[in-house]
Amino acid sequence: MEHIRLNGAYWGLTTLDLLGKLDTVDVDEVVSEVMQCQHESGGFGGNSGHDPHILYTLSAVQVLALFDKVDVLDVEKVADYVAGLQNEDGSFSGDMWGEVDTRFSYIAICCLALLHLLDKINVEKAVDYILSCKNHDGGFGCTPGGESHAGQIFCCVGALAITGSLHRIDKDLLGWWLCERQVKSGGLNGRPEKLPDVCYSWWVLSSLIMIDRVHWIDKQKLAKFILDCQDTENGGISDRPDDACDAYHTYFGVAGLSLLEYPGVKAIDPAYALPVDVVNRIILGIKG
Amino acid sequence: MSSSSSSDEERRWVPLRSRPEFSDVIPVEQDDGPNPVVPITYKEEFRETMDYFRALYKADERSLRALHLTSEAIQFNPGNYTVWHFRRLVLEALNHDLHDELALTEHIARGNSKNYQLWHHRRWVAEKLGTSATTEELRFTKNILSIDAKHYHAWSHRQWVLQALGGWEDELDYCQQLLEEDIFNNSAWNQRYFVITRSPFLGGLKAMRESEVCYTLNGIVARPENESSWRYLRGLYKDDNSSWVNNPQISSVCLEILNAKTNCVFALSTLLDLISHGFQPSQEFTDAVDALRISDSEQRDSDVAKAACFVLESVDPFRANYWQWYKNKHFQNA
Repeated sequence: MEHIRLNGAYWGLTTLDLLGKLDTVDVDEVVSEVMQCQHESGGFGGNSGHDPHILYTLSAVQVLALFDKVDVLDVEKVADYVAGLQNEDGSFSGDMWGEVDTRFSYIAICCLALLHLLDKINVEKAVDYILSCKNHDGGFGCTPGGESHAGQIFCCVGALAITGSLHRIDKDLLGWWLCERQVKSGGLNGRPEKLPDVCYSWWVLSSLIMIDRVHWIDKQKLAKFILDCQDTENGGISDRPDDACDAYHTYFGVAGLSLLEYPGVKAIDPAYALPVDVVNRIILGIKG
Repeated sequence: MSSSSSSDEERRWVPLRSRPEFSDVIPVEQDDGPNPVVPITYKEEFRETMDYFRALYKADERSLRALHLTSEAIQFNPGNYTVWHFRRLVLEALNHDLHDELALTEHIARGNSKNYQLWHHRRWVAEKLGTSATTEELRFTKNILSIDAKHYHAWSHRQWVLQALGGWEDELDYCQQLLEEDIFNNSAWNQRYFVITRSPFLGGLKAMRESEVCYTLNGIVARPENESSWRYLRGLYKDDNSSWVNNPQISSVCLEILNAKTNCVFALSTLLDLISHGFQPSQEFTDAVDALRISDSEQRDSDVAKAACFVLESVDPFRANYWQWYKNKHFQNA
């Protein structure tokens, strides 16, 4: 897992912040380790010595944001790396090798918004590309024609939210598709007829919140499902009850509970996937 | 020493420091800093392989031994995208035969096919091989789908192959076959829509609509609880609500399902959708919906649409707020 260490840092540290325990971590150590992952291009790799990729670049910015340390970056350089990954049709590649996916559209837009440099890209084309991935069921896939999938939907809706373009989607149709993800156990799946998974508590829930339709699911039943996924011995959360837990699902379970306003968990921003106070500080300039 | 990826035999591990072909290489250790915040523990063989990889990577050595080393590193950790990147650089530098890559990715897929790097590598290779790879790519994805018919990466790759390299001719039949195996396969329904709207061999959505409606309605009658088929049906009338409302077969199938009194949720919601677009339901519909009321204490509404919403609030309680909203939005003044 060493190649995704920055992702792991984001999941772990954001979870700690949501639980009010971020101060147990040494800020300078974190900043130093994050900066070691930066490549000469301005982008970040998953770990030191790794090639840059848009995925880890966002994680780096998000982790620094948690500690209010975004200013250690040469912000222009990072933004230029990300902006350089936009293609002619408005889509984004993950890195120099050219893989295209709406995940990368979200990542680019979220990252640049956190750096206050969204104007480095062609936002209109970026939005048009995302809309070209909208399907007849109201959902979004990874590329045009790709099956609607809750993870991809989160990315597209998040990107549209950040760029102020939510009016371009049919919120009622998408809201219905999303609320149909709730299955008998109370958990959420990512596509019709698939099993529920705690990570969809984030992808589906945050999407519903961004389009103001979260009351269309049974929130209590969902909260119970997430709690059933916690391993009460070691504290972590797994994809579904009684499976092995991991940092990824622990983060998404806690983030989901945050969106459900579970007591003891700080509020998380559904578009930026960072605590609300962090987003307020960065985007709105509101000091906590 | 064999580093061929097509072999499934267990190889006795020979430490890299003992291999003559690497005797000049000074391994480079992972630098995690003195007190790593997210420390990871490694297996010895993996650690040594990565130390040697790091040495060749930092020296930017694009040689045959580097190529073989990336094979080993990939097999230890197929998620390490930097190794895959470097392998591509080496392949380009050596102008190496890319057909070996098809075997490598197939081998990795047998271990774990839900890996973005392997699919990305496969796409890069297929793009370079061009149309000579079409048959093989369709076979490869079909193989993965035979194990997991909803495999998101496989479908994504397959869609790319069809659009970039071709091979559309048998795709509709393939969707049919998959739906016969599992009519609830949402990916297969999605692919079907992809084919009828984009295949250069078919006439496009409008031309295919009649036969597709027929096919879909048969599927709906067989399994009325199948969300995918209902959504597919609706998708056939994308941007053409008047044709949607005016096809009597659709409301007729809804009525049939309502009268059977089981798995009525999508039949009810489709009826609501039709009514909201101007469909005028006959008395038969009112009677059928009325017969679905759970209890006499439930509000009886002479308006069939409102009555349907009440039924849905009862039989689909997780989404009660949605059905209430729907009723208020579309039928408040009915």
